[in-house]
Amino acid sequence: MTTRSIAPSTRPAILCEDLRKLRGGRTVLDGLDLAVAPGTVHGLLGPNGAGKTTVVRILATLQRFDSGRVRVAGCDVTRDPAGVRARIGIAGQYAAVDEVLTGRANLEWFARLHHLRAKAARRRAADLLERFDLVGAADRPVRHYSGGMRRRLDLAVSMIRSAQVLFLDEPSTGLDPRSRGEVWDAVRELAAAGTTVLLTTQYLQEADQLCDRVSVLDRGRIVADGSPAQLKARAGGTLDDAFLQLTAVRGPERRAG
Amino acid sequence: MSAAPEVPPVMPRPEIWWFAVDSWTVARRHLMRLLHRPDELLGTLLIPVMAVVMFGFVFGDALGAAMTVPGGRYREFLLPGLFALTMAFGIGNTTISVAEDVRGGVLDRLRSLPMSPAAVLAGRSLADLLTVVVELAILMGLGRSIGWQWHGGIGGAVAAFGLLALLRLAFSWVGILLGLLVSGPEAAMKYFALLFPLAMVADTVIPTDLMPSWLAGPASWNPLSATVIATRALFGNAAGPPTSWVGEHAALVAVAWPVVITATCMPLALARLRRSAR
Repeated sequence: MTTRSIAPSTRPAILCEDLRKLRGGRTVLDGLDLAVAPGTVHGLLGPNGAGKTTVVRILATLQRFDSGRVRVAGCDVTRDPAGVRARIGIAGQYAAVDEVLTGRANLEWFARLHHLRAKAARRRAADLLERFDLVGAADRPVRHYSGGMRRRLDLAVSMIRSAQVLFLDEPSTGLDPRSRGEVWDAVRELAAAGTTVLLTTQYLQEADQLCDRVSVLDRGRIVADGSPAQLKARAGGTLDDAFLQLTAVRGPERRAG
Repeated sequence: MSAAPEVPPVMPRPEIWWFAVDSWTVARRHLMRLLHRPDELLGTLLIPVMAVVMFGFVFGDALGAAMTVPGGRYREFLLPGLFALTMAFGIGNTTISVAEDVRGGVLDRLRSLPMSPAAVLAGRSLADLLTVVVELAILMGLGRSIGWQWHGGIGGAVAAFGLLALLRLAFSWVGILLGLLVSGPEAAMKYFALLFPLAMVADTVIPTDLMPSWLAGPASWNPLSATVIATRALFGNAAGPPTSWVGEHAALVAVAWPVVITATCMPLALARLRRSAR
């Protein structure tokens, strides 16, 4: 993928400024700054417990924060959560769909909750089944789906209203390589069509393959930010080297980033 | 494929309208699940059916003797108790199903949609209320096949049905609140057995005056007791005159308890959903 830099004139699709979040007296996010240009795929990398999921949940209006400014798709998440919700999609490792219902029933049901009329919901479900290559399995209960199919259905649900910004929390965790490839293809297609994607991942290969830019999150702060190539060059090796250097236990004399 | 909005825009409607529509949509999912998996409903009915066998037939004559009534008369007394017992075990089903939606991310997804947030929970409780109609109809049919019947008019039976549904509504909100609070469906299943004292330390299987004297008072204040005593009276299945204050004011208490429970648990559940600072 080509590397795009954020032109000063472009308003970021996602913007966090000095985001702070405490939970039970512990600092989860410690002055996080993040800007994601529209139409790009941005990876949020970090070790377990770094705060990746918290960032996504805050951006998706699911969790509150203590201070800072957060804008998604031009809407302030605190002042206009409904505006944000109308413009985002969320999908992730849990594939939040009903296991008992069929893929088609899931899509139609979520479309109704997006306030589409019955006929429009049926049409939208049929479109999305086609687009995410699920026509053959459309009328089977989701519990019989493979991991990759389930994740693709999850993506389809998140795109019911053609989200401008899509959050993917560990989209390929627990998938076999073939299913992972299927999900990557689906994400690439969405990005090519202009959707801004923010994904969290623990797989550096995934970041390398999919992302235009990567932010490395450690202990609630962004410790590095750049294209995968830039991060690799800085570490003088692979993305794994960069990751380990940036998130290793640091002495007090070494500054983060 | 294009990023331009391919979806027709939504008609602007007042919030209360969307609350009603969204609640119905959420409820419909649970009803569709029932059609796909009728065994889930049968699982719910297994406890009262087993209770009919165990208490009605295995222990029936002995329990009837303790109450100085014949076994057949005891089974008539028992059935309204088991209707209410089914309502109590419904708490477990609601809790597990809500906890599954929290764990599986379905609840988060619903909260990220531009829908009415309160409808996420209201729809769940509406589904419980509609399911209970089916459950009670099956149990009443089963009851009739073993000799249970109501002696009052249809009006009394409808009123009794209403009291049971009201109790289930209250318990639905208890289950929703617990489902939002527990750490996961496994925890909800682990503590399922805690529903036994709620279901049985009440006027359900034996009258509270046959319990140890220190327990009889508290048991009569179990929310199930008033509903059971009131429905027994409405069905014409009472074994004798009421022996407690709650028994004498059963209809009143059978309305008051569910109202108090709902008025407590519903706002707590909605607040928990809003806060959701996991």
